Amino acid sequence: MSVLELQDVDVFYGDFQALFKVSFTVEEGQTFACIGANGGGKSTLLRTIAGLQRPASGKVLFHGEPVDGIAAHNLVTKGIALVPEGRRVFPSLSVKENLQIGAYGGRKGDWNIESVLELFPLLRPLMTRQASSLSGGEQQALAIGRALMSNPLLLLLDEVSLGLAPVVIKRIYEAMVHLVDTGTTIVVVEQDVQHVLTVADYVACFLEGRISLEGKPADLSSEAITAAYFGM
Amino acid sequence: MDWVNVAIQGILLGGLYALFAVGLALVFGVMRMVNLAHGDLGILAAFIALFIVNTFHIGVVWSGLLTIVVMFVVGYFLQRGLLNFTLGTDDTRPIVVTFGLSIIIQNGLIMWFSADSQGLDAGAIENASIRISSKLSIGWYPLLVFVLSILVVAALQLFLNRTKLGRAFRATSDDREAAELMGINNRHIYGLAMAIALGIVALAGVLLAIRTTFDPTQGSFRLIYAFEAVIMGGMGSIWGTLIGGIVLGVSQTLGSQAFGSGWGLLVGHLVFLTVLAVKPSGFFAKTVTA
Repeated sequence: MSVLELQDVDVFYGDFQALFKVSFTVEEGQTFACIGANGGGKSTLLRTIAGLQRPASGKVLFHGEPVDGIAAHNLVTKGIALVPEGRRVFPSLSVKENLQIGAYGGRKGDWNIESVLELFPLLRPLMTRQASSLSGGEQQALAIGRALMSNPLLLLLDEVSLGLAPVVIKRIYEAMVHLVDTGTTIVVVEQDVQHVLTVADYVACFLEGRISLEGKPADLSSEAITAAYFGM
Repeated sequence: MDWVNVAIQGILLGGLYALFAVGLALVFGVMRMVNLAHGDLGILAAFIALFIVNTFHIGVVWSGLLTIVVMFVVGYFLQRGLLNFTLGTDDTRPIVVTFGLSIIIQNGLIMWFSADSQGLDAGAIENASIRISSKLSIGWYPLLVFVLSILVVAALQLFLNRTKLGRAFRATSDDREAAELMGINNRHIYGLAMAIALGIVALAGVLLAIRTTFDPTQGSFRLIYAFEAVIMGGMGSIWGTLIGGIVLGVSQTLGSQAFGSGWGLLVGHLVFLTVLAVKPSGFFAKTVTA
């Protein structure tokens, strides 16, 4: 059974339709990449899967069970974790407290503060610092670590490389490879196509709320991706 | 020596002001909601305590404790049943709704208890005092109220800093949606915040009712003092609220001493306005940006 399945999902913000009949499936252990320009509906897609946004029609199935309409805070305990766009760490909390909050839902699993620090050793000396004082890269590592503390079966990553230095992006993607090795299923949204193609098993390009191109990275030519990306 | 005496009375009075104010600060801190019925809810608690004493003939202490429990429960359901629905994009909605609530409480109390002044009798402790010198004595009761205020403020701060639930309060305050993604149900957190706020303001209302007489219209004044304490202390700072309350209390008592009774309240307001002009963010402003 697939971990995640979307069937004809329509999502609106008021009168504005952000997603049009989006359907795809993500298999266990897969890394599914959503690429595309701004306004393509990629972030809306992740917000919908995480329960922050309700589809007007269509179905979201998690391990075969319909989860659309379930509140975000209940989906965390089912094993869906979203690293939101812009990192959104809790600025007034310390790094340690941010990680502790990640475990609030109480899901059992292998992730704990120690294993997160092994994945992101850069956080170790920062544990007592206020999260607001961290650099962008450190905050991104913290945001991913915080999401892992909930022991997710499905990890949703929204624009993890946005605004970060290339060396930091490289480190984040190395961590992602490690996550894939542990069997975590990942849906990643990126504007930076080059990096994401190195980790993705499957790519879907979003254009104005629809999937304009999809397939395995090896099967897609860069010309086709460029065309789908810009809608040419 | 008179001035020292008066200043000490002011400090002790400030504790009670702070007790009225911390709930307001907590609710604003956690859900950015201004509760205009906060003072009236404190006075409502005083009337509930009075009702319990008169009906069941139990002591003031037990009646007070029972009232705190009642108001805690009322707070949770008031938030989840009504006030949560006012939160969202429009900041004026909770203000309008709590203003309405304030009017309902005031008039409800006048209907059931009349507009007469009431008092809660706590017995001998009300007038007992510690004599420090021939001109300086401290009342046991104001001292007790002050100590209780510090204990409540300290307990609240420990709760917020050290417990898992307190962490969830702070996370929700920082970023409601991100907290939701951590598995925190913000509606429940908001309910608990209001429950704690009303539990504390119930204690404040009962302590006020023992200290002095009270009537149904006093909630509005209590609200203004509470606002002044919160704003002087710095929005969102619990200890700051205590300091703000003390500054207000001392200003009022010293003002009365200097210019005659009646002028105290004005001096209190003027000191508040001065602080607002000189340091608008308050003494201990806690503003953190990502």
